[in-house]
Amino acid sequence: MSENDTIVALATKAGNSAINIIKLSGNKSIEITDKIFKSANKKKISKLNTYNIVYGKVYDDKNEVIDEAIVSVMKGPKSYTREDVVEINCHGGIASVNKIIDIILQKGARLAEPGEFTKRAFLNGRIDLSQAEAVIEIINAKNITSLKIAANNLTGNSRKAIKNIREQIVNIISELEVKIDFIEEDLETMPIKKIIKEIQSIEKKIIELIDNEKKSEIIKEGIKIAIVGKPNVGKSSLLNIMTGKEKSIVTHIPGTTRDVVEETLNLDGVPVIFKDTAGIRTSKNIIEQLGVKKSREEIENADIIILILDNSKKISDEDRELLKITDGMKRIILLNKIDLKNKADIEKLDIDNLKRVIKISAKEKIGINKVIKEIKKIALGEDEFLYEEKVIVNKRQRVLLENALVDIENAIKTIKMNYSEEFIITDLKSANSKIAEITGEKTGEEILNKIFSKFCIGK
Amino acid sequence: MKKFDLIVVGAGHAGCEAALSAARLGLKTLLLTINLEKIALMPCNPSIGGVGKSQLIAELDALGGEMSKIADETFIQMKTLNMSKGPAVQSKRAQIDKKEYEILMKKIITYTKNLILRQGTVKKVLINDSKVSGIETEEGSSFLCQSLVITTGTFLRGRIIIGDKEYAAGRMGEYPSARLTASLNEIGIKTDRYQTATPPRVDKRTIDFSKMKEQPGENDIYFSFWKKSKNKSNISSFLTYTNKKTHEVIASNISKSPIKSGIINTHGPRHCPSIDRKVINFPEKVRHPVFVEPEGRNTNEAYLQGLTTSMPIEFQKMIVNSVAGLENARIIRPGYAVEYDYIYPNQLNLTLESKNIENLYFAGQINGTSGYEEAAVQGFVAGVNAALKLLKKPPFMLKREESYIGVLIDDLLTKELVEPYRMYTSRAEQRLLLRADNADIRLAKYGHSIGLLSHREYKKVLNKIKSIENITNLLKSKFVKPGEEAGKIFNYLGSSDIEAPVKLYDLLKRPEIKIIDIMQYFLLNENKIDSEVLKQAEINIKYEGYILKQLEENKKYSTIEGISLPSEIDYHNVSGLTFSAQEKLNYFKPETLGQASRIAGVSPADISILMINLKSRKI
Ligand SMILES: Nc1nc2c(ncn2[C@@H]2O[C@H](COP(=O)(O)OP(=O)(O)OP(=O)(O)O)[C@@H](O)[C@H]2O)c(=O)[nH]1
Ligand SMILES: [Mg+2]
Repeated sequence: MSENDTIVALATKAGNSAINIIKLSGNKSIEITDKIFKSANKKKISKLNTYNIVYGKVYDDKNEVIDEAIVSVMKGPKSYTREDVVEINCHGGIASVNKIIDIILQKGARLAEPGEFTKRAFLNGRIDLSQAEAVIEIINAKNITSLKIAANNLTGNSRKAIKNIREQIVNIISELEVKIDFIEEDLETMPIKKIIKEIQSIEKKIIELIDNEKKSEIIKEGIKIAIVGKPNVGKSSLLNIMTGKEKSIVTHIPGTTRDVVEETLNLDGVPVIFKDTAGIRTSKNIIEQLGVKKSREEIENADIIILILDNSKKISDEDRELLKITDGMKRIILLNKIDLKNKADIEKLDIDNLKRVIKISAKEKIGINKVIKEIKKIALGEDEFLYEEKVIVNKRQRVLLENALVDIENAIKTIKMNYSEEFIITDLKSANSKIAEITGEKTGEEILNKIFSKFCIGK
Repeated sequence: MKKFDLIVVGAGHAGCEAALSAARLGLKTLLLTINLEKIALMPCNPSIGGVGKSQLIAELDALGGEMSKIADETFIQMKTLNMSKGPAVQSKRAQIDKKEYEILMKKIITYTKNLILRQGTVKKVLINDSKVSGIETEEGSSFLCQSLVITTGTFLRGRIIIGDKEYAAGRMGEYPSARLTASLNEIGIKTDRYQTATPPRVDKRTIDFSKMKEQPGENDIYFSFWKKSKNKSNISSFLTYTNKKTHEVIASNISKSPIKSGIINTHGPRHCPSIDRKVINFPEKVRHPVFVEPEGRNTNEAYLQGLTTSMPIEFQKMIVNSVAGLENARIIRPGYAVEYDYIYPNQLNLTLESKNIENLYFAGQINGTSGYEEAAVQGFVAGVNAALKLLKKPPFMLKREESYIGVLIDDLLTKELVEPYRMYTSRAEQRLLLRADNADIRLAKYGHSIGLLSHREYKKVLNKIKSIENITNLLKSKFVKPGEEAGKIFNYLGSSDIEAPVKLYDLLKRPEIKIIDIMQYFLLNENKIDSEVLKQAEINIKYEGYILKQLEENKKYSTIEGISLPSEIDYHNVSGLTFSAQEKLNYFKPETLGQASRIAGVSPADISILMINLKSRKI
């Protein structure tokens, strides 16, 4: 029942900070890895024994190093999926992971469907039949999350653009299709020159979309980190130190930051978006109240919360309130101003793991590295949802668009070579089904429907 | 009581193919029909073939069906459509001598061993333990049978509508089948109503052809791969157009049109709208074409393709007479609409057997299709499968990626149909592979293994395949070397010269170079090779890139296509499926995972979930 073609996905393991694992499964996974990876000891992956691990480098087509990696091979049937499985452990952050997956796709693998590794493991008899229910749940859950993310990732604009491209393709196909199936009718159809123009405009739109997706991917993939804390704890100071810019105004006056200040930082290839917020307290100042409201929203939207407490002040109700709001969220608790005399008795607070509170001084730049390390750990290591799914879903869209672009370009070639309509349609239909897949649609009867709504058929 | 292996109800295009194939496979077969004078009648346009349909006929012919051969003997005109396009969409279309077709089909049926033709109207299907056991007729006879194929066309509770007149009839001038629907409903077959219509016919002697454009046919083209007919007829059709006056007549009397008055509210085929509907829906069009087509050699009746209407007769006359060349035309048969019962085809298996009642088959228009060709291929599939089952042989099911017949049946079983189904080439994803010209190569093997294609005919195909291979290999092995002589030839052929030796195979990929050129200039010493062989080799080489692409896509099908789904599942109990998938799967009850994947509303994740349930034997 297994397809046995080669699939690839990002499978970052929990708690394994700063390492991303790219997993391949299928009959070509070893062959593909050999094309992109050179081990330090010059040994081919195909020559390795199963369960061996080698160190080496991943190269792109121009023979430039993308990343260092450790590769492990598990030959079928003694692997998770019972197929040949290769795992590429790379360090270079999400940007280089993206590149590596792109190259693997070029070499003939395809992106795994949600839950497909588990599905293969099951279908190949690796997972016990009694676990069928669990497997179904995994696929179902992954399918639902990835659909959700797909929907979120498609911004209003690109969704509209994709819909528009689909309509345009369906329209051209119907124009060409009537010339075949309804040749006997007396129909006025689009001249071929206009059709070429239309196809070229589609080409342009797809290229634009791919570029946009490429650009926005980085922004969208960024991890949103909200820095919160009562006024004057040093939120803006921390932001400035981490980004190396004086973006946020720092004063000794509590309530300085009134609106959300945003700054992006590249943490080992992972874009991180810091949001410095207004300190939360009950205030009569309207502007400050608005700022506080926004801060609360930022807390809701953030992927990670950095909550700062002030070492030089007593723990206040505001601190307790913030701890309560952010409870259960991914958070990092900092105790700032440790250069000053300790007045905060954090031991009395109800925090599950006091040891994880990081003690820093924004002023003296103490403990900042620890903060960065902790961010990476949470972002890269433990959060499967953020990385595996988001990156792959976006990549899936882009891969589909890129493949559709190839079809569109072929269609233009086909016309230029003077091939007749059915050949042009073959290319266009192929593009259409790929673009439909982005939004999860089936192509079905839409072309005939278009023909009947548009042309006066029936002699 | 008389006992048969198989009874076929209705001797239209589906019924005739069903009865012939079953009888030829050795089944004692009874073909029952309401009127013995109307065998294989063409109640609408007496034309066979056309785009998409000629592909169906070629396939039927390759399998051992009858339609292609009778059409070859009885056409009065034949032509190729889409001549300027690639081979996949080139299509033959024949104008048929309606009466001669009926006579020849009746003759073949009458002289077929094991086959008995009788007049009779079936009123009841007899069932024993969810299995067919026989039928009862209105006339009072009963027959026992093991299998039953129902091919009643438009006859079930047929109702004819002309203007505000309506009456029960199967077709104009024929009795309907009034009670069979109720009997089918009783045994759980669900039905609904469709409608179709036909234009008025006029007396040829009252037409002024000088105001029309002549549409001649071509010579020496035929449908069948096997028997070359000697028929050389080439009687022209004529083209004229409706005009402002026609449209005014219609527009100002539109309230009289049954589609407006509400007498007709069932779905008709979108590909064959009445002139009334065309004028309403496309008011900006100033004219619509009207093809005047002869109905046969021995009649003056002419068919007015494009003027379908069921307006009251006086308006039909006004409409007809408004058209150039038809000013004085006399209507001798009015246009009319007919409404009839069809069964939801998703109640059938790929063999066209009912999912619930064993040995009960349906084929043709009763399955919600339109067209003689669509009917004929279904009749063939149903008849063959009824026979194979009784002979305890494996069923005959064609896949969508290997044939138009497969596309047709798969569509019937997995699509939500809103109108009578007609074949188009655009329905076949693998259009470039499923060509009429290679139907024998694709399908003769099945015709032969079923037993409807003789060994001699099959051998012809095997030889053809071998010869294609040989010439292809030859083209791959021979080179043209650059030089003065070659340069001249390329110049003559309007092609660019070569600098290094080039394979003949690669030369043939140049659009301007034909295989006959290559044979003539570079393969002089070859013995004369059959033109059909050359044509196939040429197509394969010239369009190789596209063909390979489609073959690659084919692979996608094969994995899940062969995985069957049990029929007894309530998908609402299958965990993990989306609700929409559960609903759709329960409605269509697909036989294979492949079919399930084509149903709108069933996602790839749903298919994964079905696979896992299958593997764990939860369903
Ligand atoms: N001694 C000491 N002072 C600090 C430290 N971090 C920040 N400060 C001082 O604390 C004051 C407030 O710092 P900000 O960064 O503006 O604090 P904030 O949390 O952004 O305050 P609001 O925007 O008003 O909510 C400034 O005077 C900083 O210089 C630290 O680690 N040690
Ligand atoms: Mg601030």
